[in-house]
Amino acid sequence: MNFTLRVWRQDEPGSDGRFETYEVTDAASDDSLLEVMDGLNDRLTVEGERPIAFDNDCREGICGACSMTIDGRPHGPGGGTTTCQLYMRQFDDGATITVEPFRARAFPVIRDLIVDRSALDRIQQAGGYTGVNAGPKPEPNSNPVGPEEAESAIDAAICIGCGACVAACPNGAAMLFTGAKISHLGHLPQGQPGRYTRVQDMVEQMDGEGFGGCTNFGECEAACPKEISIRVIGQLNRDFLVGVLYHPRNPRGGMKPQ
Amino acid sequence: MILDSRIPDGPIEEKWRIWKDHHELVGPRRRADHVIAVIGTGLAGSSAASTLAGMGYTVEAFCFQDSARRAHSIAAQGGINATKDYSNDGDSVQRLFADTMKGGDFRAREGNVWRLAELSTAIIDQAVAQGVPFNREYGGLLATRSFGGVLVERTFYVRGQTGQQLLLGAYSALSRQVKEGRVRMHTRHELLDIVICDGRARGVVVRDLVTGEIRPFPADAVVLATGGYSNVYFLSTNAMGCNVTAVWRAYKRGAGFANPCFTQIHPTCIPQTAEHQSKLTLMSESLRNDGRVWVPRRPEEGREPNDIPETERYYFLEEMYPRYGNLVPRDVASRAAKHVCDDGLGVGPTGRGVYMDFRDAIAQRGGREIEARYGNLFELYDQITGESPWDVPMRIYPAPHYSMGGLWVDYTLQTTIPGLFAIGESNFSDHGANRLGASAMMQCLADGYFVVPHTVTDYLARLEEPHADPGHPAFAQTRTVVEERLARLLAIDGRTPTSHFHRELGKLLIDTCGISRDGAKLKRALHEIPSIRERFWADVKVGGDSVSLNQSLEYAGRVADFLELGELMCRDAVARDESCGCHLREEHQTEGGEPVRDDEQFAHVAVWEHAGSDVPAERRVEPLEFNELKPKQRSYV
Repeated sequence: MNFTLRVWRQDEPGSDGRFETYEVTDAASDDSLLEVMDGLNDRLTVEGERPIAFDNDCREGICGACSMTIDGRPHGPGGGTTTCQLYMRQFDDGATITVEPFRARAFPVIRDLIVDRSALDRIQQAGGYTGVNAGPKPEPNSNPVGPEEAESAIDAAICIGCGACVAACPNGAAMLFTGAKISHLGHLPQGQPGRYTRVQDMVEQMDGEGFGGCTNFGECEAACPKEISIRVIGQLNRDFLVGVLYHPRNPRGGMKPQ
Repeated sequence: MILDSRIPDGPIEEKWRIWKDHHELVGPRRRADHVIAVIGTGLAGSSAASTLAGMGYTVEAFCFQDSARRAHSIAAQGGINATKDYSNDGDSVQRLFADTMKGGDFRAREGNVWRLAELSTAIIDQAVAQGVPFNREYGGLLATRSFGGVLVERTFYVRGQTGQQLLLGAYSALSRQVKEGRVRMHTRHELLDIVICDGRARGVVVRDLVTGEIRPFPADAVVLATGGYSNVYFLSTNAMGCNVTAVWRAYKRGAGFANPCFTQIHPTCIPQTAEHQSKLTLMSESLRNDGRVWVPRRPEEGREPNDIPETERYYFLEEMYPRYGNLVPRDVASRAAKHVCDDGLGVGPTGRGVYMDFRDAIAQRGGREIEARYGNLFELYDQITGESPWDVPMRIYPAPHYSMGGLWVDYTLQTTIPGLFAIGESNFSDHGANRLGASAMMQCLADGYFVVPHTVTDYLARLEEPHADPGHPAFAQTRTVVEERLARLLAIDGRTPTSHFHRELGKLLIDTCGISRDGAKLKRALHEIPSIRERFWADVKVGGDSVSLNQSLEYAGRVADFLELGELMCRDAVARDESCGCHLREEHQTEGGEPVRDDEQFAHVAVWEHAGSDVPAERRVEPLEFNELKPKQRSYV
C-alpha cells in the first residue's frame, strides 16, 4: 500500500511549526502506522534528515505514551484505540494521512509530535490517591465491595492518562481525566476518606494548569481510547458541588485576603 | 568477587523476621538528610520510591518515559499471586514457595523465595488500601483464579489489566510523595552510568532526554528498578523503550550479572504477521484457564478451524499433560507449541502458530462470564488481527517476554557493589530458571514495598561516611565517560540505521538462544555477534546531536548495550551444559522433550564478572542449597 504522510514538524517549544509531506511506498496492510513511521524515520536518518520525534512505548494501547492527532482526530479513526493500535488496513490505499500532535494550551509542543503532558501528573499529585504508606493493613475482605461498584470503579480506573480527551475537547478541558480518578476512588470504600477534599484539590490544580471547563460537547468520550463514559464528569461535578457546599477545605471559615 | 548470599540463620519461616528484628535503623529525624536515587518507576521502582519517601528519606526518582505511570509494568495483564487461600483449596506459604521453586526448576535461592511467598498477602492488603479495584465475587469479596503451573486458585486480578491497576496504585502513592516534596521526580531522564566512589555506589549520571543535559546526581544509595532485557531479541512483548542500559552500566562497573541466559518465551502471544513488525503482543496466560490449545492432526490442513471436527483436533497440551492440561508452566507450553509447529502442524500464514479456542468455554460458561473474564483481551486481539475470538479461535505463538536473569543480589537485594540495590525484574533473585505466571508483579511489589525499604535503611545506618561527597572526582570522571560515549556514537556517521543491527541481533538470538538452544548453534552465535557489533560501531548512522532531544541517539545507546549482552547470554547458555526451566539445551532432554537437569554440576547461580573491555568476562558461581525441598525432576503430566 502507498500513502502520503503530512506530518507536523516543529523544532522546539514556541517555534513556528509546519507540515512536511512524505511519500511512503510498499507498506503492508498489517503494518501499524507507527511501524510505517519507524521505517520513514530510518529513511530520513540515512538521508541525513532529522527523523520525526514522537512519543510511544508499549505499542499495545495501555501505556498512554502515543499522542498524535490523525486526520483531525486524537488517536485517529476507529475509536476505542490509541495511535499505536492503528493499522494501515484501516486507511484507503493511496490516502493522504495528516499527523499532528495533541493540541491543547496545557500541552505545549516539545518537538514535532511530542507534547508536554506533565500537567496531568500534577493533577494527580494534587490529590489523586488514598493516604496510605506501606505497612500492616486491614484484611481486605473485611470491607466487601459489591461487584457492580467494583465494576464501576474499574470502568473509570482504566484511564491511561493519554490526554486524548483534552486534545478532543473544544475547551481543552481535562475533566474526563480528572473525573475518571474521582469516580474510581469515589466508588470504593478506601476512597471515602478525603473524598470531597480530593475533588476540590484536583479541580483547583486542573484550573491552574490552564485546562478549560466542560460544556458538554462529549468529544472526550468519543476520543477516549478506553471509552470512559462522560458520566465520570457528572460525578466530578456532583462531588465538587457537595464538597464546596458541605465539606469546605477550611472548615473553620477562614477567608483569603482580597 | 565475593558472592555471599547473606541468608540469615534460623528456620526458613523465621529468617525474614529474624533479619528485620536485627537490622540497624535510621532515626526519623535523620532520614530526610539521606538521598536515595531510584531508577525506574514501574511496580518495583514506584513502590520503593514511595515507601522510602513515606519513611522520610529524600528520593530522587528517574524514568525515561514522560510520566512515571507509563513504565512497562502497566502492560502486565493476568494477575498477582498471594497465599490468601480465599478459595479454600489448601493454599499456604509453603505451597507458593514449593510451586515457585519447582516452577523455577530448582535454580532459585530458597531463602528469597520463601520471603516472597510470605510477603505475598501483604501486597494484596496494601493494594486494596490504595484503592486498586480488584475483581470481586458476588457478595463483594476478592475474586481469584488459577494460573499456569499450580493447582490452586491464588491469582488476584483486575480484568486483564492487573498490572495497570497495581502500577497506578503505586504511582498514586508516588504522586502523594511528590506533592509532599519528599520525592523529586525526573521524567524523561535516562540513567547512563553509575558513580562509584571508593567502592560504593554514590550516585548516577543521567541525561535529560529533552535538553540533552548530562548531569550527575549524588546519592547515599542507588536502587535500580529498570526492568528486564527481553528487547535484546528485537521482537518481544516488552515496550519499545525497555532496555538493559542501567543494568549493563552496573555490570561494567563491577556488579555481577547472574544467569543471563535465563529468558522466558511466553507461550500465548499473537504470532508475527508483518515483515516490519516492531513488537509482539502478549495475550494473558489467564486465557489458558478457559481456552483450549490445539492444532489440526493433519499437516497442511486446508480447512477453516471451525470446520475441523473434534476427532481431527489435536489438543496437545491436554493429551501430553493430562493433570495440568492447558495450565502447564510457560516453558513447557512454549516448547510444546514449538514442537507441534516443527512437526508441520502449525497454523496461520507463517505456520508458526497454534489455536487457542474458546468455543467450549463459551458454550459451558456462557458468553457473559467469558466477557467479564476476558472481554478486553478479546478486543485487543480483534484490534490487532482483525479477527474476533468469539467467532474463530485465536492464534498464538511463544514470544520473548521476561528475563529471569539479571543483576546478582544478596538477601538484602544488594548487588556486589555496596550501596547499589537491584529490585524487580532487574535482579535475578526469585524465579530461578523459569518464572510462573502472576509472580512478576508479586516480586516487584514485595521488593519495593516491603524488602528494599528495610535493607536500604540497614545499609545507610551502617555507613561510616553517611553521605555522598559531590566533590569526589568520580562524578566528573563518570560524566566524561558518558559524554565521550555519546560523542563516539554520533561521530561514526555511517550508512545504516540502528534498527538494522538490532533486528539482525534479535533474529540470531531467537534462533540460537531462544525456546531451545544447542551447543553448536550457540557457538555460531558467539562467532557472529562480535561481527554485528563491529559493523555497528563502524557503520551506524545516528544523526542529530547530543544537546537536544534525539530519540535516535537514545536508541543507538541501548542497542549498543544489547549487542554486548547478547554475547554474554550465549556464553552463559554454552557454559550451562544442562537443561533447566526455560533453558532447554537440546543435548539434554528426555524423549518427551522435557529438560534434564544436572544437579551435580549446575545446582548453582552463574554470575558473570566483567573483567575489562578486551578480556572475556569471568564466570563465578553461587552454590544453591536445598534444605526445604529436595530437587526432583519436574513433572506436570
